[in-house]
Amino acid sequence: MGLYRMPSLGADMEAGTLVEWLVAPGAAVSRGDVVAVVETQKGAIEIEIFETGVLARRLVEVGETVPVGAPLAEIRAPGEAAAEAKGAEEERPAETVAGKAPAEPAEAIAPAPPPERPPSPAPPSPAPAPAAGRPRASPAARRLAEAQGVDLAGLRGSGPGGAIALADVESALSGPAAPAPRRATGLDLGEMRKAIAAAMARSKREIPHYYLSHEVDVGAARDWVAARNADLPPAERFLLGLLLVRAVARAAGRYPELNGFHEAGGFRPAEAVHVGVAVAIRGGGLVAPALHEAETRPLPELMAAFRDLVARARAGRLRSSEMTDATITVSSLGERGVDALAGVIYPPQVALVGVGTPRERPAVVDGAVVPRPLATLTLAADHRASDGHRGALFLAEIARLMQEPDSL
Amino acid sequence: MTTPDPRAVFEEELMRIAPDADLADVGPNEDLREAVDIDSMDLLNLVAALHERLRIDIPETDTPRLTTLAGAEAYLRERLASA
Repeated sequence: MGLYRMPSLGADMEAGTLVEWLVAPGAAVSRGDVVAVVETQKGAIEIEIFETGVLARRLVEVGETVPVGAPLAEIRAPGEAAAEAKGAEEERPAETVAGKAPAEPAEAIAPAPPPERPPSPAPPSPAPAPAAGRPRASPAARRLAEAQGVDLAGLRGSGPGGAIALADVESALSGPAAPAPRRATGLDLGEMRKAIAAAMARSKREIPHYYLSHEVDVGAARDWVAARNADLPPAERFLLGLLLVRAVARAAGRYPELNGFHEAGGFRPAEAVHVGVAVAIRGGGLVAPALHEAETRPLPELMAAFRDLVARARAGRLRSSEMTDATITVSSLGERGVDALAGVIYPPQVALVGVGTPRERPAVVDGAVVPRPLATLTLAADHRASDGHRGALFLAEIARLMQEPDSL
Repeated sequence: MTTPDPRAVFEEELMRIAPDADLADVGPNEDLREAVDIDSMDLLNLVAALHERLRIDIPETDTPRLTTLAGAEAYLRERLASA
């Protein structure tokens, strides 16, 4: 009998509130399954299990807040099934039942996959529905509702597209049927700010950052994306940002001292490249969930996963592996941002790549000055794990890969 | 079959992506990317949703026409009429 514990979903997390069980007692679970939802400072996180077996008993009820590491449920390993089948209340040592015919169906007792890699995330839906995390409401309505403790989810909106307007909140407050205040699940931007503050303060306190910057011509990659997208429906189109993530992942694979974790025992390079993509949250806030296997997954699959990840980040519905697996982060300023960013590394990672807004700028090509779409790439890296020389080679490799979009 | 109102459909899908936006405050020719803070991923999702709901082709090269309320309404009317 094993214990399934409250996972740590980031360097800064101390406790979580269990808000939903998704698996009933007695149900078979497999490594990588989402079994419950935990509310944290970064929104509601779907937590995954890392063993295969049967969820025997829940130890925490919905609504309880427990610290990281607290047992959430008992997990019966494959082969232990017989003890439970006898209905024994007493705890039998595992040895006494080992080897007996298991009562579970064959697939439930399949051996767990090799443990060296985290499980791949569930295949994303190709066209995820837009974020549906919180009701639509005008900023004024949202402010008043927050101040008065009104749950927007309980209101009917009279604004455009059914959005909740200020008047709707006012009438809910004055009317006799004002819904009882309820703590909504989803994103609490104040709490998220605290989590960002804790992680970034730790980063600035502990990590000896060094910074490099390099200008990259994104014309070839942009043209490649435009040509590919020309005949495709929107759901299958790529973004330039996808090629940047891929180029960073490929380069990180070649320079392992920029891809991994600095922990108590020193730097540990990661096996795979899981790129944390910084996603700005509407209203202020930031989360950088992992896009798994960014170096190797086919691009169409990676793009679908990227869209799905951004939608869920904004809706406040990420998975635990996405919160913890990122081995390097990419922060892109988008198409209307500024030229460059000096990043703050998300611990325990050791590198962050910043992508400035691509802009038409004068460049010298074959001795002539011509306008080219240029973007400034920056690297913030941990000097405990790498030096500027290797960091420079890494940035140059990203720039080189961006000139060969076909090879990505 | 009733003809969908392109302006209403557009605003509805835009609100899905930018739920906190106050479209009453947005001028017809204001750039939505600035006015309601949508990025390239949002715009792609918006185009995908419009394609799905209105059953019209929206080539990527036309996407810039969807970045203002007035431009989007005119463009969608045009596409619906020629569909």
